[in-house]
Amino acid sequence: MSRQIKAAALISGGLDSMLAVRVIQEQGIHVEGINFFTGFCVEGHTHAIRRQDQKKQKRNNALWVAEQLGIKLHIIDVIEEYKDVLINPKHGYGANLNPCLDCKTFMVQKALEWTRENDFDFIITGEVVGQRPMSQRKDTMPVVARDSGAGGLLLRPLSAQNLPATIPEQEGWIERERLHGFSGRSRKPQMALAEQFGFTDYAQPAGGCCFLTDESYSKKLVDLWRVRGNKEYEFDDVMLLKVGRHLRPRPHFKLIVGREEGENRFMEGYKKRFPYFYCKSHPGPLVLADGELDQDDIELAGRITARFGKGRNAPEVVVHYVTPDGNETPYTVAPLGSDEFPQDWYI
Amino acid sequence: MSTHTLDVKGQLCPIPVIRTQNQAKKLAPGDKLEVLCTDPGAINDIPAWCRINGHTVLSSETSEDGNLIVITLEIGS
Repeated sequence: MSRQIKAAALISGGLDSMLAVRVIQEQGIHVEGINFFTGFCVEGHTHAIRRQDQKKQKRNNALWVAEQLGIKLHIIDVIEEYKDVLINPKHGYGANLNPCLDCKTFMVQKALEWTRENDFDFIITGEVVGQRPMSQRKDTMPVVARDSGAGGLLLRPLSAQNLPATIPEQEGWIERERLHGFSGRSRKPQMALAEQFGFTDYAQPAGGCCFLTDESYSKKLVDLWRVRGNKEYEFDDVMLLKVGRHLRPRPHFKLIVGREEGENRFMEGYKKRFPYFYCKSHPGPLVLADGELDQDDIELAGRITARFGKGRNAPEVVVHYVTPDGNETPYTVAPLGSDEFPQDWYI
Repeated sequence: MSTHTLDVKGQLCPIPVIRTQNQAKKLAPGDKLEVLCTDPGAINDIPAWCRINGHTVLSSETSEDGNLIVITLEIGS
């Protein structure tokens, strides 16, 4: 009896990886999925934070895709290891802080390690030649295969006919003619294949599965690195950059202003790490302060806190300043007027 | 067969799923794992993870104020 050939698939939760898996399953290959969690994945987190998003479907698309395909999914925490990818990308960043080429290489390399530990034979991804400007080009896709160490063990079923034959094809585990030759940014071939497979429900292709592709998020991360004087970060930093309005009214401190109840509640988890402000006399946001604050700063932060609350038009409101050890000081301030609030305070 | 508790309160998905997955690897078939969490996303994600990996959700309960979710699962073979 011949040995069952096994493939590990990088599963993002999008349509392409879903199709790639089904193409390979149709050739009798046992497939299991791997999903890497870098901390910057859009999936999951933020719609759990914001109350206004709670009506949206909260499924994790990677898990959902795995269930539709009938495969196991292994979710792997790579938060710590990913820091080096983001801080020192060999191939640089894309339009924002997205190190796409290094990121893909890292993920394939981790998948290769996983296949060796778990006795799998090769790796598949949903990549398509020419679909993404950095990591999915005809000249960069071989770089991912080479730099990850996967070489010919990396198969892209949707674009295989545009690329040199891989080991699974050479060994006869896979029939090359049953793979595809998709290329370019058009989604029509994928849509047609989805219809052929009977996939009617799938995550809409948006190209934005990572916060690092987001301009606003990247600006906040650059600001954090600049103020700290280095590119180090912790998981909590990554999370806090996803919530609230970020303001830097003075070079030495930043305020994070909750935008709604869900964010305020999430930020409450950081009360023992950061000083915070809230308005007692009127409903309003929770405001975390990051930096050393003197008395003038506390006054200013209180006025900003009041500006974002329901008492913004009152002559004065009562704000409480609370230090991480729980010491709470109430004081009265006049909410900051719009003419006193420069827009360049927004990070 | 034994019962274990995993506290992932305050963690947002997919961290509760990852921690459940990593804990489940250490347990034997038939063991029970009670996962305490606060992220409503876990109500869908942990059962989905169980279904695709051969584990069984025995119960999923949310406290009246919605602030605590307890999902109990049985480790599959």
